[in-house]
Amino acid sequence: MKILVGISKAPDTTTKISFTDSNTKFNEDKVQFIVNPYDEWYALVRGLELKEKNGGSVTTITVGGSDHDPIIRKALAIGADDAVRINAEPTDGYFVAKQIAEYAKDQGFDLVLVGKETINYGGSQVGGMLAEMLDMPFVSVASKLEIEGSKATLERDAQGGIEVLEGELPMVISCAKGMAEQRIPNMRGIMAARSKLLNIVEPTDSPALTEVVEYSLPSDKGDVKLIDPENMDELVRLLHNEAKVI
Amino acid sequence: MSVLVFADSRGGEIAKAAHEAIYYGKQIADKTSSTVTVLTYGDVSNDQLEKLGRFGASKVLINRSIKEENEQTLSALVAEAVNAESAKVIVFSFDPNGKVLAARLSAKIGAGLVPGATSVPEIDGNTMTVSKNVFSGKAFAKYRINTDVKILSLLPNSLQPSETDATATVEEFTPAVPEGKIKVKEVRALGGEGVPLPEAELVVSAGRGLKGPENWGIVQELADALGAATACSRPVSDMDWRPHHEHVGQTGIAIRPNLYIAAGISGAIQHLAGVNGSKTIVVINTDSEAPFFKAADYGVVGDAFEVLPRLTEAVKKFKAAN
Repeated sequence: MKILVGISKAPDTTTKISFTDSNTKFNEDKVQFIVNPYDEWYALVRGLELKEKNGGSVTTITVGGSDHDPIIRKALAIGADDAVRINAEPTDGYFVAKQIAEYAKDQGFDLVLVGKETINYGGSQVGGMLAEMLDMPFVSVASKLEIEGSKATLERDAQGGIEVLEGELPMVISCAKGMAEQRIPNMRGIMAARSKLLNIVEPTDSPALTEVVEYSLPSDKGDVKLIDPENMDELVRLLHNEAKVI
Repeated sequence: MSVLVFADSRGGEIAKAAHEAIYYGKQIADKTSSTVTVLTYGDVSNDQLEKLGRFGASKVLINRSIKEENEQTLSALVAEAVNAESAKVIVFSFDPNGKVLAARLSAKIGAGLVPGATSVPEIDGNTMTVSKNVFSGKAFAKYRINTDVKILSLLPNSLQPSETDATATVEEFTPAVPEGKIKVKEVRALGGEGVPLPEAELVVSAGRGLKGPENWGIVQELADALGAATACSRPVSDMDWRPHHEHVGQTGIAIRPNLYIAAGISGAIQHLAGVNGSKTIVVINTDSEAPFFKAADYGVVGDAFEVLPRLTEAVKKFKAAN
């Protein structure tokens, strides 16, 4: 079974966000970058578990410049067999999906796994776009995935319950919590990652369908209003009269 | 030319998020001298569809032969409606179906998509700019859509629709659409009753400060008194005190209710990322130095085991009097 896992770069979750160039660029100075948690914890690790059980290979794919190499090496250290980097700045979701689809279309992948969203842009769009471009069915926010031959059984949270879904490979799946547990790379994995293949591929032409024209930060909240813990009637009064939420 | 709005229907009901999306579509239609056409499916009554006029729909297209929601079937239906209506702007809700259908449509027709928009777009000639949350709600970005046809999905609870007396006309819309390849085998009901968390306007949440799953009764009682959903912090769902679907935060779900009450949660930055879109935040914590107080509108420095029951009583008293 050939598995492709989309890996993207995200600022560490504790990063203080700021911008440069008249608020048109994210300030990467002193920012620690990580593998987008949904891509790493759920998509990559479940891909590795399926490979360990059913045989096959796990290839990661990333759209980005050479500044993405450290997070790609991390994915290799966790256990991916090899990696592809499309050498272009990831400008929007469509651009990323287009580059991945262009690479993946003739490679015969049985399973394409991505995280349910990134923690930086949070668009939840690359999975659905990939499915359309590769003409594959798509299951979003899956929390469980089992493969038996060419049949996939999945679960996901739906309103008021858990949906159990079934379909034939190939398919695209976006992965959410529940899919797998985070794996910490060990020293052997880190050493092995250095010699694994990182295949750098030049991008295909794709127009910018959307672009960011300006970033901004939320205005500071005023000071918190402290309420006497003995006087919850006062809190209810404020929630009704002042905040107008009850 | 029209603004096409996809309205999800589950169990024969048009969701609240869809009402918001229709109203949002109407704001765009008014700016572009066009009208709103709503597309939906399933077993929804004509009466309910006509009433979508109140939110700004002129016309509603419904496909009643699609019973089971499937992303391949529905995305083909959307594409047919885009053609039939020559839609230049297509609006979805940024909810599970909307996310998938918007992404598929964008890829299919090469139209720019802004997922999770939070503002009514600014329109200047053929360009449109619109804001969305980025970096888990820690910042905003204004996007320009460069394509002729534009796709937006609206973050639920971003605007408050106002209603009119208008009614919409209803038409059956039955183009040939393929059957989807993924089948729903079963839907297992979860134990939890009450309000689904992502749509809840009021949320009561608790963390490690509650000391154990056996103490959740006081959280549930406050939620019941308010008609609120319950939520929890990551450690609580990691320790299986509460189900995973209640976990709000950067790696759980992000919510933006009108009121978020957090008891016994310190307010780590990852938790804040999931709730900082809430209109009003109340924090209850014994530690006056808890970082969550900096993000709160109202703070109560006190023991959740005493404050929550007291607050529940105060809410009941208020409800009885109003």
